Amino acid sequence: MGIIAVFFLWPAAEAIRSSFFLEDPFFGNATFVGLDNYRVALTGSDYQRTAWFTAVFTVIVSLMSLALGLMLAVSADRVLRGKSTYKTLLMWVYAIAPPVAGLIGVMLFDQHIGPLVEFVALFGWEMRVGVNYWDTGIAMIIVSTWKQVPYCFIFFLSGLQSIPTSVKEAARVDCRSETRRFWTITFPLLAPTTFFLLILNITYAMFETFGTIDLIVKDQPGNSPVTLVYKVYRDGFRGNDLGGSSAQSVILMLIVLALTIAQFRLIERRVHYN
Amino acid sequence: MTTLKIKNVKKVYPNGADAVKGVSVDVEDGELVVFVGPSGCGKSTLLRMVAGLESVTEGEIELAGRIVNELEPADRNIAMVFQNYALYPHMSVRKNLAYGLKNRKTPQAEIDTRVSEAAELLQIAEFLDRKPSQLSGGQRQRVAMGRAIVRHPAIFLFDEPLSNLDAKLRNQMRLEIKKLQRRLKTAAIYVTHDQVEAMTLADRIVVLNAGQIEQIGTPAEIYSNPATTFVASFIGAPPMNMLEATTTGESLEIDGQSIPYSVKHSGRVQMGLRPERIKIVNGEAGFGFDVTVLEDLGATRLVHGHIGGQEITLAQDADLPAPSGHIKIGFQPDDVLLFDEATGQRILT
Repeated sequence: MGIIAVFFLWPAAEAIRSSFFLEDPFFGNATFVGLDNYRVALTGSDYQRTAWFTAVFTVIVSLMSLALGLMLAVSADRVLRGKSTYKTLLMWVYAIAPPVAGLIGVMLFDQHIGPLVEFVALFGWEMRVGVNYWDTGIAMIIVSTWKQVPYCFIFFLSGLQSIPTSVKEAARVDCRSETRRFWTITFPLLAPTTFFLLILNITYAMFETFGTIDLIVKDQPGNSPVTLVYKVYRDGFRGNDLGGSSAQSVILMLIVLALTIAQFRLIERRVHYN
Repeated sequence: MTTLKIKNVKKVYPNGADAVKGVSVDVEDGELVVFVGPSGCGKSTLLRMVAGLESVTEGEIELAGRIVNELEPADRNIAMVFQNYALYPHMSVRKNLAYGLKNRKTPQAEIDTRVSEAAELLQIAEFLDRKPSQLSGGQRQRVAMGRAIVRHPAIFLFDEPLSNLDAKLRNQMRLEIKKLQRRLKTAAIYVTHDQVEAMTLADRIVVLNAGQIEQIGTPAEIYSNPATTFVASFIGAPPMNMLEATTTGESLEIDGQSIPYSVKHSGRVQMGLRPERIKIVNGEAGFGFDVTVLEDLGATRLVHGHIGGQEITLAQDADLPAPSGHIKIGFQPDDVLLFDEATGQRILT
């Protein structure tokens, strides 16, 4: 409880308090401005643009890592020989520290030596990460997804393996088409896992991709797309607008709260099998 | 007509283990054949090969006049009931029953008819809209059987379907399976390790051991005329007594005591004797027997003891006075079965 108070409640209260003030960046003199910080944040075109990018980014990263994780898990589940090797290799990315993984990801998109940049150049796409808004966005999406796929993979694989063999066999007797079996038996049985991962992925994409984004924009976002969390950091610590940044972080806190409530509501309603 | 012909089927796993070493069995129309044997004898593997869930290494499986070796399980016209029910947990009972038919593009009206017929037959009509998790073990078992019935298959395959149920329910369901199968007149293979289930259900029993058939026969044949010591000791509870004995052609000797016994064999043999065929006798004729333990089973009493150094059990009516100490036992020469000491094969007298 003490730990929660010191590391969560106190900073949160401080953020809420300062979100109502206009802080002087040099002397700590604060002027009470009421909801002005919120108004400025929510109506600012820059904020809206960032919120829009965050939404697109979150949806794509969440769904893509789900889809890829599931695909890999299904094929790993089907492999009979060398299963553990396959599993270990796929989980490696997850074991790498985020900055290192981010750095590897960034190198893939390097303007001079990045193999992915060279690859898309073959199709006439001159990718300019860090300069072009959407090129940078795409790089962020790819690296963030790549980081999250192993996580989804592990959960999907264990979900797949917890489906009783006899149920799969009964389905083989009842249904000839493997694709149809997947969508009518396997996928519904994975629904709890999928839902859990979806919530987790949303949280990941919205909040935990900070490191990856920081590496890609190299601490100098300029015109590059960033997510709301990164904007909080940029406005607060680069722009020294503590009040505005606090207001933004309070808004984010509310989003997290909503997500958490949704999560618990749905988890309660979730069908419990067996 | 013969529904199913299993012709010299073998199963060798990639790691070299041979689970089934050349088995041939026929299942006639409407017949219930039970595969029985200890765990690891290959009975389930054999059933799963018929189902198409395991590949056949060698040999042929012919179902309703068609070789099915290479067919997918769904194309074989079989229906299987699994040990742990294997119901689809996310579907209602109705959907569980209809799933296989839907995938075969059966018209909806036909599906509805078949589902309600099966539900009626199995008394699960009131649960049709529940999920499997809301049902008891016995009800789930009925649903699993219903899922097999609606398919109108050429053959039912039961893989130890009752082993998850408690003893009382098991006896009840066993009887119901038998009635149901008689009523539907569909051929069936039933795999079990429980010899009581085998004896009560089967038209014919196939006793398997170490991937090979030990004997095929009706329950009565298997019980009274076991072909090998394995069958003799596997079928029947309490198991048949196995004693080391010596024959001379005219007599049978156990631990120095002998009775007149005419047989065209002389030398050491394994002698099989059902516990219920042994009687306690008064007077001099008979074998000396030392009682060690008594087990009362209600209607019958098992008397454990030994003749010389050899363990032997006899069953007697529980109403008779309990024996103790050194007594005499006797049996009819007709009830004695002789087996070759080395091969375990029956010696016919």
